[in-house]
Amino acid sequence: MDLLQLLISGLANGCVYGLIGLGFVLIYKATESVNFAQGDMMMLGAFITLGLTNQSYVGLPFWLAVILAIVIMGILGYLLEVVFIRPMFGQSQIAVVILTIAIGFVARFVAGLIWGHEPQSLENPFVGKDVGFGGLVLGLDEVVIIGTTLALTGGLYLFFAYTRIGLAMQAASQNQLAAYYMGIPVKRIHSLVWALAGALAAIAGVLFASKGAIDPSTGLLGIKAFAAAIIGGFGSLPGALLGGLVVGLIEPLSSRYVAAGVSQIMPYLMLLLVLILRPHGLLSQVKAKKV
Amino acid sequence: MSLLELKNVTLKFGGLTAVNDVSFAVEKGEVFALVGPNGAGKSTIFNMISRFYTPYSGDILFEGKSILNKATHEIAGLGIARTFQNIELFEQASVLQNMLVGRYTHRRSNFLTEMLFTPFVRREEFAHREAVERAIDFLDLQPYREKMIAGLPYGVRKVVEMGRALAIEPKLLLLDEPASGLSVEETQDVAFWIEDIKKIMGITVLMVEHDMNLVSAVSDRVLALADGKTLAVGSPSEVQNDPAVIEAYLGSDDHEEAA
Repeated sequence: MDLLQLLISGLANGCVYGLIGLGFVLIYKATESVNFAQGDMMMLGAFITLGLTNQSYVGLPFWLAVILAIVIMGILGYLLEVVFIRPMFGQSQIAVVILTIAIGFVARFVAGLIWGHEPQSLENPFVGKDVGFGGLVLGLDEVVIIGTTLALTGGLYLFFAYTRIGLAMQAASQNQLAAYYMGIPVKRIHSLVWALAGALAAIAGVLFASKGAIDPSTGLLGIKAFAAAIIGGFGSLPGALLGGLVVGLIEPLSSRYVAAGVSQIMPYLMLLLVLILRPHGLLSQVKAKKV
Repeated sequence: MSLLELKNVTLKFGGLTAVNDVSFAVEKGEVFALVGPNGAGKSTIFNMISRFYTPYSGDILFEGKSILNKATHEIAGLGIARTFQNIELFEQASVLQNMLVGRYTHRRSNFLTEMLFTPFVRREEFAHREAVERAIDFLDLQPYREKMIAGLPYGVRKVVEMGRALAIEPKLLLLDEPASGLSVEETQDVAFWIEDIKKIMGITVLMVEHDMNLVSAVSDRVLALADGKTLAVGSPSEVQNDPAVIEAYLGSDDHEEAA
């Protein structure tokens, strides 16, 4: 039973990594560059929710704050693309990557200015509550995280498979040139992908903050999520989730069976192993470029 | 009014004039071919019509209206579809899915109606599927319907790309070297299809092609280009016998003597 609880809490962590990873992969697939501010966008989403709902700030009802945070982060993602990323069109990928790293720094700084650098807890309805399944006692926050991730995965699947915008996003990510001549407004689609990544980051942020305190450097978690997404296969949305779950599970298991300090190294050790043995990740969409 | 008209179109890349003061008109219902040696500016003209490049000077009219203020993605909506010399397909998708993307401009549903899957969306989905199935039947692509593009042979991919362009139900179809890399039999199929696209579907075709047999077989008019300039316009035989064209392809006597 103890082990099972350990696994569940690992899965819950993994879901958060997976959701941040989804944001990474979404933007990578659409624009072929990596948004290293994804973790900081998660942190911002969490802080916006905290700022809206905590009694010491605005004090709105929790759910209203969550919805507002998702909308605000969606708009922010959209604007980031339009204002900063689009003018970089045609520049090398590394330039865009460095720009996103800079955006991450700015996000951390701004969050520190507004909410301070001390860790704070998000006031939420799940904290400290337990749910019993038979003899198993699980934290409500963990159940909510896993449930939300499952629902979100299903929703995203339907979105990409059946909606006009979702299909356009898929098309634009597979072949921009062809997408243009099918009548797909590729540039606007890129902005919308950033909006989606922003909204996802907000959800991941709320889920993460429901488990513990956050501070402006929380976004550095994004690096672990990035590693997880590579483990899963960095061109694949299911891969990002899988990689997140793998990392989430391996952390508590290694600290239990190996040594406590090892859990911090394990995700990166795993990353090295995967890169050596299966360079395209566990679920890879290998695409050999024609020369 | 011509379906497509280029008026004194010039395009420069830095100091290089890729297309120099070219004018021509494509009439509704004809097959019009652009021929010329490599580097003559044929593909550049294609890329200007499909709004990938903007001319340095001159104007391009489609159905009498300038298209130079249109964005690249608005071309399909006007009724212009194109294929590419180096095949641009959605590799990680099936033949059917590729062709369904061609219906994008015809989709009238929005996010809300799609989420609710209203009867309107349902009817629309059926209509798109039927349009795609017509193209599949026309091009004999039935055996490949559910196959992933990434695993298909070159010749089939070429046909799928044509099918996807037809799924757009365009008024003008731009074919960029439809026969390049194809076998003699496959090229014959392409010739029949181009005939039928013109006669049965009523779609005007503008193509760039090197294979003079194909050009002679299907084209109503041909425009020969060299060094970005118009050499001759006329029926395939007129253009092939034009002294300027022969010189551009084979070199003049002076050159041979010099060599």
